[in-house]
Amino acid sequence: MTADLLVIGHSVAACHAAEAARGAGLAGSLVVVGDEPAGNYSRPLISYYLGGRLGRDELSFRSQAFYDRNRIQVLAGRRAVALDPAARTVTLADGERLGYRSLLLATGGEPIVPPIKGWREGLGGVFTFTKLADADALAAWLDARGSDDCVVLGGGLIGLKATEGLLARGVRPRIVELADRVLANTLDREASAILERRLAVAGCEVRKGRTVAEIRAGGDRVSSVVLDNGEVLPARTLIVAIGVKPDLRLVRETPMAVERGILVDSRQRTNLAGVYAAGDCAQGPDFLGLKPAVIAIWPVAARQGRIAGLNAAGASGETAGAIPMNAVQILDVPAVSFGVTNPAPGGGHEILKRDDQAGGKYRKIVLLDGRVVGVVLVGEIDRAGLLGTLIRERADVSDRRDALLRADLGLLDLPADLRRRLVDAPPPAPLKNSSGPARSRSVR
Amino acid sequence: MVTAKAARRRRRVAVREEYCIGCRLCEVACVTRHSRSRDVVAAHKTESPRPGGGVRFEAAGPVSLAVSCRHCADPLCVEACLTGAMARDPGTGRVVHDPARCVGCWMCVMTCPTGVPRPDPAAHRLAFKCDLCGGDDLPACVAACPNAAAVLVEEDEP
Ligand SMILES: Cc1cc2nc3c(=O)[nH]c(=O)nc-3n(C[C@H](O)[C@H](O)[C@H](O)COP(=O)(O)OP(=O)(O)OC[C@H]3O[C@@H](n4cnc5c(N)ncnc54)[C@H](O)[C@@H]3O)c2cc1C
Repeated sequence: MTADLLVIGHSVAACHAAEAARGAGLAGSLVVVGDEPAGNYSRPLISYYLGGRLGRDELSFRSQAFYDRNRIQVLAGRRAVALDPAARTVTLADGERLGYRSLLLATGGEPIVPPIKGWREGLGGVFTFTKLADADALAAWLDARGSDDCVVLGGGLIGLKATEGLLARGVRPRIVELADRVLANTLDREASAILERRLAVAGCEVRKGRTVAEIRAGGDRVSSVVLDNGEVLPARTLIVAIGVKPDLRLVRETPMAVERGILVDSRQRTNLAGVYAAGDCAQGPDFLGLKPAVIAIWPVAARQGRIAGLNAAGASGETAGAIPMNAVQILDVPAVSFGVTNPAPGGGHEILKRDDQAGGKYRKIVLLDGRVVGVVLVGEIDRAGLLGTLIRERADVSDRRDALLRADLGLLDLPADLRRRLVDAPPPAPLKNSSGPARSRSVR
Repeated sequence: MVTAKAARRRRRVAVREEYCIGCRLCEVACVTRHSRSRDVVAAHKTESPRPGGGVRFEAAGPVSLAVSCRHCADPLCVEACLTGAMARDPGTGRVVHDPARCVGCWMCVMTCPTGVPRPDPAAHRLAFKCDLCGGDDLPACVAACPNAAAVLVEEDEP
């Protein structure tokens, strides 16, 4: 079989690529190969599933109708094991060989498991947390072994998402985080402090500046962990959540250009003819002019998938570069961040801040040359999208610093030409009489 | 390989700030239209939580503006939505939100270029967003605007 568009990896980048390719008129066959047994499910929702907020049948982000409408053939539970870019074929684990006209690699990321003394494959009670199967296994373990003495290694996005799910299940994990704060990559000290206080209220202790140096087992399962200061924490359950790295297994033996991820241009093209990459496995242009980076977040995977799909279908589509952004909620405290949140000193950045630790509210705007390049919002996140717009538009906001720090920042605080473009109203008609302006034909 | 795709009409409400006098009747109409009773008094005084809320009103001095979902042709909120609760109806092109599938991940709040989606952190869910009043000929806010500041725009997608 030769597919007009073959996609490896069945997740968000794949779905958006397929939809875009069909929308751009791709008429031929469109095949998606995914090694997970289930149909599509939204990876970030596994924490809500673990916490019991969503059932197994509520995790899918696209319906069967979507697959029918876009004529997508899914090969589920099948793993691609070899890529031959010269012959334009992909071989599956069961030996089947698929040809392609265009190929999209959307293999996502795999969890990073650092070498830890005492760690061994198959040790009971040790989990990673990136797949539905991980959430199932963890839930079954907690049900069988009880919820005491749970340790989460890593206080980044995935560690905190796991914690959210655990708390909702009545489990109070201890978080061990190497940095001096949680969400160190995306938030800053003040913002993290607010979230850490919420975690403390929920009964969840955070050990900062520490890591797990050794895992101790009792028989075939974990019994405790030893921190790098020698302290021993009892651990019946250990969740390793220190991050993900691009899944490059399929391209290791090929001439594919890779750094941390598969290198792509602004059309998601790799260095191999007809081969695109998108999502957590790809390393592409950065909007803020920084080095190309792997920005492993859902909206970027969706957008990159879409651009790959358009180009694979012969249409044009180009990215201006990805912007890191994130939204989380710890208990009742929401937080949003964009872009450069902790600029290195000496880079000419200007920082605007409003800090209300007691009220659980914090707002920080990072400017460079009078333009917004970074945002942190905690507690009040309404209209966060307007700040994203200011970043994307590179709007000069040097004359409206005060407005940026107001929680009720609105469209009226934006430069007038930008506001008009966003609202995109038809031009005003000349006033005909006192009862109001004329209504043009396209307008009712 | 590539075939032409069918054109689709995009509908949305737009506000011309030159004519908006800040009367907020659009908000009243939105609340009433989306209430169970469709009664203006009951909608505002007895129904809880208050229905509607698809219009975001702002004023600064003489300038005012009431913006609702633009039903973008290329909606960033739909791209970013973690659950599929926010979706673009393939038939009508409307951007629709299904509260039953929303978990309050705030991706739409973060990505909407006009800052329209309203978070409800306590409910862990997005508050109501403009649905263009279902199949009504004219959305309630447009019908209620005394000044044709709020207008219904219909255009063919390229
Ligand atoms: C717990 C958790 C919470 C998260 N929360 C958020 C959040 O709140 N906001 C946010 O923006 N992002 C979040 N993320 C990140 C987000 O889920 C990812 O950015 C996104 O899923 C990336 O999509 P993708 O399509 O690139 O690949 P993935 O979703 O990683 O999927 C890749 C798929 O390809 C399969 N695959 C890999 N290799 C092969 C092969 N050789 N053959 C066949 N199949 C293969 C994999 O098994 C997998 O199913 C979270 C992630 C996790 C784990």
